[in-house]
Amino acid sequence: MLSIKNLHVNVEGKEILRGLNLEIGKGEVHAIMGPNGSGKSTLSYVLAGRDGYEVTEGEVIFEGKNLLEMEPEERAWAGVFLAMQYPVELPGVNNMTFLREALNAVRKGRGEEELDAVAFMKLIREKAELVKLPEKLLKRSVNAGFSGGEKKRNEILQMALLEPKLAILDETDSGLDIDALRVVAEGVNSLRSPERSFLVITHYQRLLDYIEPDHVHVLAHGQIIRSGDKSLALELEEKGYGWILEEEAAA
Amino acid sequence: MSTQRELDDLVKAGYEAGFVTEVESDTLPPGLNEDTIRFISAKKKEPEWMLEYRLKAYRHWLTMEEPDWAHLKIDPIDYQAISYYSAPKKAGEGPKSLDEVDPELIETYNKLGIPLEEQKALAGVAVDAVFDSVSVATTFREELAKAGVIFCSISEAVHEYPELVKKYLGSVVPHTDNFFACLNAAVFSDGTFVYVPEGVRCPMELSTYFRINEAKTGQFERTLIIADKCAYVSYLEGCTAPMRDENQLHAAVVELIALEDAKIKYSTVQNWYPGDENGVGGIYNFVTKRGDCRGDRSHISWTQVETGSAITWKYPSCILQGDDSVGEFYSVAVTRGWQQADTGTKMYHFGRNTRSTIVSKGISAAHGQNAYRGLVRMGPKAENARNHTQCDSLLIGDQCGAHTFPYIEVRNPTAKVEHEATTSKISEDQLFYCRQRGLKEEDAVSMIVNGFCKEVFNELPMEFAVEARKLLNITLEGAVG
Ligand SMILES: Nc1ncnc2c1ncn2[C@@H]1O[C@H](COP(=O)(O)OP(=O)(O)OP(=O)(O)O)[C@@H](O)[C@H]1O
Ligand SMILES: [Mg+2]
Repeated sequence: MLSIKNLHVNVEGKEILRGLNLEIGKGEVHAIMGPNGSGKSTLSYVLAGRDGYEVTEGEVIFEGKNLLEMEPEERAWAGVFLAMQYPVELPGVNNMTFLREALNAVRKGRGEEELDAVAFMKLIREKAELVKLPEKLLKRSVNAGFSGGEKKRNEILQMALLEPKLAILDETDSGLDIDALRVVAEGVNSLRSPERSFLVITHYQRLLDYIEPDHVHVLAHGQIIRSGDKSLALELEEKGYGWILEEEAAA
Repeated sequence: MSTQRELDDLVKAGYEAGFVTEVESDTLPPGLNEDTIRFISAKKKEPEWMLEYRLKAYRHWLTMEEPDWAHLKIDPIDYQAISYYSAPKKAGEGPKSLDEVDPELIETYNKLGIPLEEQKALAGVAVDAVFDSVSVATTFREELAKAGVIFCSISEAVHEYPELVKKYLGSVVPHTDNFFACLNAAVFSDGTFVYVPEGVRCPMELSTYFRINEAKTGQFERTLIIADKCAYVSYLEGCTAPMRDENQLHAAVVELIALEDAKIKYSTVQNWYPGDENGVGGIYNFVTKRGDCRGDRSHISWTQVETGSAITWKYPSCILQGDDSVGEFYSVAVTRGWQQADTGTKMYHFGRNTRSTIVSKGISAAHGQNAYRGLVRMGPKAENARNHTQCDSLLIGDQCGAHTFPYIEVRNPTAKVEHEATTSKISEDQLFYCRQRGLKEEDAVSMIVNGFCKEVFNELPMEFAVEARKLLNITLEGAVG
């Protein structure tokens, strides 16, 4: 599904990712953990095609296609979804309108029929129920004045609506209260399928209690320095990153 | 990704109304003197009083100077290089039945999306089509006449309803008002006249569609709308012109009069040719629009969507004389390429309990410059008068500008004026977010812009709100750097 080889990325002339390798198979859930500033969000932005992230070396193949050559919207149509660490506010743009425009743009991009207003309303109610997003938030401007947790839930709603093949969740758990965390995790779990892969970026084991990963990776100074199964996350929770960094420095 | 190239494409992007119609026309050679005015007046077989009015205005105009206070860069205008009268030959004596209108002209309006044949027309909208200096067709007149509504060209009104014209023409915008209004009073060629009698609710939307076609001509139209006691009328004007390298002058005057309990809703969708990517050509849109809430509880509402013109200079205003009268101004002004706009409104509160609302949305892209200029004056007798002003600017790219010039004068201690202003920018973050969700960049921009303009679009009659949204989308296609 996704194959990242020797990825080097500069931001404002500074090298942030330094030869990152990662393979994600169909239906797999991968978690990435790592210290602040290690390049996790950078990786997610590069995959989504944000401007200002200069790839100097390496390749990213998604479903057989060179992802790096595609425009952000083309990646979205192809099935890449990024739930952002800091969701953006769009004052004046009605959330419902935004969701419909996005869904229809993606459907069009995928060569599917656009949904009419009635079918859309039915679908959105269903999906909003799934992530327990109060309907009044659908009537407000996109993310404007939403609480941190509401923004994150709105991200998951968009994911549920757009049905991506690869969902990248960048710290979707941060800022969520305990109940919201469970709701979001349940939302994600209900979307798990053999056809859909997840890249879950998080600092906390807690989320991984709910969303069980197949693989856990540690990202530090621009590389994946350790990979393992879910027990690695438990170990990190207990001991922090220090010991891995030391082992790596010694190697 | 979104780069200078796309931006360039946008700026060149289609001005869809930019074609020229090949019709033979009667065009006065360029130049302006008393003979020009006599010629126009004679051409229209005007009565003596009308000619006198024009000449009085012309003589006054000679003593005036062009205003220079607006936030605009204007190349000097050579008033002797403009032709002050141009009419398609076959138009002859003004509008008659449609069968007599040159098919080329009907086709022109069809191309612009304004079918003049009544059976094809937008349901419930009557049109007065003004081509260069003359009105070529006015639709649904008979149906309107049944309701007692007069809807005709101003040239006809001068002949058919001289008492009404004499009583109201120049009563809101006197010829001495300002340089361009004075010029208009001297040379105005055609325009629309509307009278809605007491107690009548006009059964359909009225509209005028202005088209400049001939090169080197100016358009000086004059619109006069009167809503008698308890009457209601909603009126819309649309404007386009071909692409030409020279700047063409459009100096119109619009006067609205609302008597007791009357309401006039006046909407404009202005899409004059804005000039090319280097700022060459385009219409100078120097317009004086003013409404007089003469009667108690009268109501005048201006809504404008200004997307065209090289330069826009206009301040649709309300004189709130009647007690409890209401004035409103809703505006979206877009400047891109090298367009400049200095627009806003004036609300003069004279009567008691008068209320006014101003909502101004300025959008600037590329090198566009957008200024809001608004005056709110609370006179000494304006007990408990209220104004609320909301003035928002949206910037797209970093070479454009937005400026706000609010003037507030309060001479009554019980009056209240509120002013809110915001400036925001479509950020790279927002565009990336939208694109990540599958929207193309231009669709993201238009969605954000439409959200920004919502309050104003909501004021437009429904069919026109759809048009305005489309127009805005075309105007801003790829408008991101
Ligand atoms: N636009 C930018 N300009 C300059 N530096 C940047 C920019 N974006 C990211 N960086 C730098 O790149 C490094 C990696 O940032 P990134 O946001 O990817 O870290 P992260 O692993 O997601 O951290 P966190 O856990 O705090 O979210 C940081 O040092 C950051 O300051
Ligand atoms: Mg991060």
